[in-house]
Amino acid sequence: MIIATLAFYLFAIVAVISALNVILQRNPVHSVLWLILTFFNAAGLFVLLGAEFVAMILVVVYVGAVAVLFLFVVMMLDINITLIREGFLKYFWAGAIIGIVLLVELAVVFGGWAMSPEAESLRIAPAPAPDALSNTEALGTLLYTHYAYLFQAAGLVLLVAMVGAIVLTLRRRPNVRKQKIANQVNRSVADTLEVVKVETGKGVS
Amino acid sequence: MAINASVRTALLWELLTGMWLTFKYMFGPKVTLNYPYEKGPLSPRFRGEHALRRYPNGEERCIACKLCEAICPAQAITIEAEARADGSRRTTRYDIDMTKCIYCGFCEEACPVDAIVEGPNFEFATETHDELLYNKNKLLANGDRWEPELAKRLELNAPYR
Amino acid sequence: MAEFVDGYLLPGLWIVGKILLFAVPIMIGMAYLTYAERRIIGAMQMRKGPNVVGPFGLLQPFADAIKLMFKETVVPTGSSPVVFFLAPMITFTLALLAWAVIPVDSGWVISNLNVGVLYLFAISSLGVYGIVMAGWASNSRYAFLGAMRSAAQMVSYEVSIGLVMISVLLTAGSLNLTELVEAQKGLWYFLPHFPMFILFFISVLAETNRHPFDLPEAESELVAGFMTEYSSMSFALFFLGEYMNMIMMSGMVSILFLGGWLGPQDMLPGLSVLTPVLAWVPGIVWFVLKICFCLFVFIWVRATFPRYRYDQLMRLGWKVFLPFSLIWLVLTAGFLVYFDKLPQ
Repeated sequence: MIIATLAFYLFAIVAVISALNVILQRNPVHSVLWLILTFFNAAGLFVLLGAEFVAMILVVVYVGAVAVLFLFVVMMLDINITLIREGFLKYFWAGAIIGIVLLVELAVVFGGWAMSPEAESLRIAPAPAPDALSNTEALGTLLYTHYAYLFQAAGLVLLVAMVGAIVLTLRRRPNVRKQKIANQVNRSVADTLEVVKVETGKGVS
Repeated sequence: MAINASVRTALLWELLTGMWLTFKYMFGPKVTLNYPYEKGPLSPRFRGEHALRRYPNGEERCIACKLCEAICPAQAITIEAEARADGSRRTTRYDIDMTKCIYCGFCEEACPVDAIVEGPNFEFATETHDELLYNKNKLLANGDRWEPELAKRLELNAPYR
Repeated sequence: MAEFVDGYLLPGLWIVGKILLFAVPIMIGMAYLTYAERRIIGAMQMRKGPNVVGPFGLLQPFADAIKLMFKETVVPTGSSPVVFFLAPMITFTLALLAWAVIPVDSGWVISNLNVGVLYLFAISSLGVYGIVMAGWASNSRYAFLGAMRSAAQMVSYEVSIGLVMISVLLTAGSLNLTELVEAQKGLWYFLPHFPMFILFFISVLAETNRHPFDLPEAESELVAGFMTEYSSMSFALFFLGEYMNMIMMSGMVSILFLGGWLGPQDMLPGLSVLTPVLAWVPGIVWFVLKICFCLFVFIWVRATFPRYRYDQLMRLGWKVFLPFSLIWLVLTAGFLVYFDKLPQ
């Protein structure tokens, strides 16, 4: 148990520190790298919770794909930090006001926080016994039965987003000659090559 | 025909034939020469390390005509000459900067007495630059060491000169 | 005190021992993989390959290691040193980390994770970071271009790798690698999933940046790609990482398609005479043999095919492999449901 506790504090502290570093770093690439470390520690926390499926998916999706694309974009940017700093004071007050409003709203929400009376008992007795049902199975039975429509709807929303992105970026250029691989593969020796026995002094007509 | 071609493509036929070829060659005979122990054949015209030859009686052939110095395109050869006590004209200095030399063989062709020749030796790498600045002693020593090979090469090449 | 020793110290030491039992053979195997690669490619190109250091050149890997260790470490100007040195370490560590869940025989595994396949997939998808960080931190055009290529390539091919894995998992009905292998008793999955086996293997080539998909380090265009600025041990770590990744991916292919540590006795009922002999051979031998076979094919492919062009690589990944693996996934699911063969 001690090891689990130690691990929890390790993951939690590193997660908080790296999350702070994400916003404190001057170099955006370093920020993304810290962000990746944050994802990692979040995954570690999920593992400690016994949710290994979610942890792995977090690593695969966020670290393995999303953050790579992030890094990809950020590395390509040619950012001049002094130029960005120039407008800092100009926008400081607008930013500060928005921040304060948000803080007040959060305070109101947390001030009015109330636990439903059954919540505690629900927390103590989780629905399926963890031994009987593996993580993956539990998620699957929920997603594909109870939330099947929502799951499909989410898929459709993503599909629409994807189609939208393609529509926005696809350029049709009419006069481009593309490589037609099928044609290349289907070319045979007989179509293109002729071996001729040339007599001396005659040449090929 | 088109169906045949598509089936072949789908079965990765070309890739498989390529892989079969490399697999066959894996067991074929190897062409590697085990270099320091085995060496390839050298033509008698091969242009390697320089040497100054002597006559059979021990007299050096070079008469300091300086044709080689004149023709050398890399200007790697330096010659100084003086009359010797017996009145014959000989070199007092004959240097070749082997790091300048381009091994074109012009010195050998220009020499009227077959004194400067390029021998069959190509393994004269050294650890310092200075060792590659050959002087007359070094060249004569080379000639003494390689004389049998040098004579044989000149004899083999004689019909074509 | 006794509680501490029994509860923490001894199990901890046992875990460290197990890790060493895995890590040391892998390291040695990797060293000899570099030797084997040079010898096999040499043979296929009608050369002899390294044969001078030790009998048959067997000490060559150690000579190379010593040479690399004594070289000077160069840090390019304008680079970001922390990231620069972190990158090879990440590559190397990740390549070792994956072995935590790979079972080499029934029960011979460091951690029998319930989501082993996902873990492997996650670790292999992280490999791209070492390369991208190296490319960015080197402050060099060649390295950066190599890193860009590698990032795009690995993200693209992961998609088809993931889909192929799902087909296999559907058939086996478990994410646990041990159960996955047990489910293949009698029929290794490379037979029913043969097209996926080929597709997976090609994707693995792309994922490990091996020929013919070695665009991130394409010598003829990018000097050495993301490794251009590395020297000495930091280069060695990249090099070792690449070869360990190869071994790890071969292990993955063996487990997913070639029946892991299972011998062929259940596959070939006709050979009942040989069954006791085949059953007597320990499982780990079969596993190692399968890994060696995969590695041989890796090297064989390298000796045979020329490098892909970058647009061709992307086209193959997105327009051929992705639709094909998706269709196969639907087919597999349909087949399993229609014939009521879904694993419980």
